[in-house]
Amino acid sequence: MSFVPDLFGQALNGLAYGVLLFLLSVGLTLVFGMLDVVNLAHGSFYMLGAYSGLALIAATGNFWLALVAAPVVLALIGALIERSCLRPLYHRSPLDQVLLTFGFIYLFEDLVKWIWGGRIRSIPAPDLFSGSVTLFGATVPSYRLFVIGFGLAMAVALWFLIERTRLGAIVRAGVFDAEMTAGLGINIDRAFTGVFAFGAALAGLSGVIAGPIQSAYPAMGASILIPALIVVVVGGLGSLKGSLAGSLVIGQAETFGKAWFPEAAMLIIYVVTALVVLLRPQGLFGRPLK
Amino acid sequence: MIRHALAFLAIALAVAVFPAFFGNYPVKLLHEVLIWGIFAMSLDLLMGYAGMVSFGHSAFFGIGGYVAALALKVYPGVLSALVLPALAAGLAALVIGFFSIRVSGVYFIILTLAFSQMFYAYTFQVAWLGAEDGIFGVPRTSLFGVDLARPAGFHVYLLVLAALAALTLWRIVRSPFGHVLRGIHENEARMEAVGYPVNRYKLLAFVIAGTIAGVAGSLYTQLNGSIAPDAFLWTTSGEALLMVIIGGTGTLGGAMLGSAAFILLQSLVSTYTERWMAILGLTFVLLVLFAPGGIVGALRGRVGLRA
Repeated sequence: MSFVPDLFGQALNGLAYGVLLFLLSVGLTLVFGMLDVVNLAHGSFYMLGAYSGLALIAATGNFWLALVAAPVVLALIGALIERSCLRPLYHRSPLDQVLLTFGFIYLFEDLVKWIWGGRIRSIPAPDLFSGSVTLFGATVPSYRLFVIGFGLAMAVALWFLIERTRLGAIVRAGVFDAEMTAGLGINIDRAFTGVFAFGAALAGLSGVIAGPIQSAYPAMGASILIPALIVVVVGGLGSLKGSLAGSLVIGQAETFGKAWFPEAAMLIIYVVTALVVLLRPQGLFGRPLK
Repeated sequence: MIRHALAFLAIALAVAVFPAFFGNYPVKLLHEVLIWGIFAMSLDLLMGYAGMVSFGHSAFFGIGGYVAALALKVYPGVLSALVLPALAAGLAALVIGFFSIRVSGVYFIILTLAFSQMFYAYTFQVAWLGAEDGIFGVPRTSLFGVDLARPAGFHVYLLVLAALAALTLWRIVRSPFGHVLRGIHENEARMEAVGYPVNRYKLLAFVIAGTIAGVAGSLYTQLNGSIAPDAFLWTTSGEALLMVIIGGTGTLGGAMLGSAAFILLQSLVSTYTERWMAILGLTFVLLVLFAPGGIVGALRGRVGLRA
């Protein structure tokens, strides 16, 4: 394979991975910004999304239906967890919430093993995107192009939702100061549930989309959690723009790193994370710390 | 005070005679409980007393384990089994702590996590540390003429070290130093204002905890005769956190109890069903929700004991 097509193919792979990370990190960053909760179970929502997608495709044979329905399932799970388990903990130390969500990682991973077994299950790409196309001499699965296009479209839609609608204004206000927002007559309890459920739905959505690329396996949630956390911290906690920039950078860094310096790729990402936390703890796009 | 000492002695005695009544498997479990207990107690010094919640404590466990594995293969002896692993882990804690104590809360969690994952990424890749398989065939050594390869010798060795670790930590948290740590936990700004060099105290706590975690890691290598990169993984830190919480944060004894509960639950449930992870996760969720003080907290509530 010659250099330019190789480079181009890698860049597209990195972009597809970055887009997945972005969809995942939006929920993580909004939940942290608004609820002050570091949700370690967010990776589990991604994994549950992939398996819900698998089940829905098996039942209906329709990928597109799964793409719409799996996020709904995850939104319900998210709302249930927020209402029943997280809500009683808001007045306690933030550590309790971190630990609670850590417990859910075990629970969900094992439930999935119970229902679907521990082996890797592949999810077929939809017929429309099952082929591949040749771009600049590189053969690219067309599904990957779909993922990139869909992810970027979602980024624009999310930007519009958060920056230009009344709901988005409530979320932004809640991230800025939840107590003050409640004081202004906004039902902040419902907003908390909504944001948590919305984040879970996005994680579920990225799980379904990731299915045809990475397959579904029980540990997939735990393994994507750390990159997603890194994206959120590097981009700036609570910042949507930061999540987008962080995901695209980490997506490329990991893909090119693995191709060019397999020995040092992961190491470099953790070193960069440590440097950002130390030198610019608010992240690249976050507000300066209070 | 006397009651505490008597309870401590009773437990030590029970542990000492345990192998006379039980077979190989329960004894192996007991050894794991002791080693993880040492590790969890060292973490409790950080989170329960100094209020520093680290998700990267596995770094020191792993360093202790790897240094012991490398050293014991070349030069068996107390230096390789205990001194070098403790020194290496303490030194790493000094460097990692120097940076990490500059931030707090979530940032402290992420930074410590990133540091421990660096070690994971490195050991997972490099051939000279056995890459993802780790290091095998690590021999046990002999100490003061006691052959640790023999079960009885190793049992006494573990018991003595666990007791030493518990006494050392117990002495530390009841010293003026320990009270300053608790003060920092309660209100860092006030301690700073009163004139305590808060960062120096936090760093010292971090180094002590790291050193003891290194000893635990080394013992883990000696128990299994091997060590793998998983020792560095963030879930190793997470499991130790679970143990501390299950037992009760800020109680030391709770960390050891939590280790016992965790390992017993894991082995008991896994003999009856493969679903131990789900049951463990559920237990944990319920504990956080309904018994935030852990086992020790629940006991104190019911029996009316005071710290």
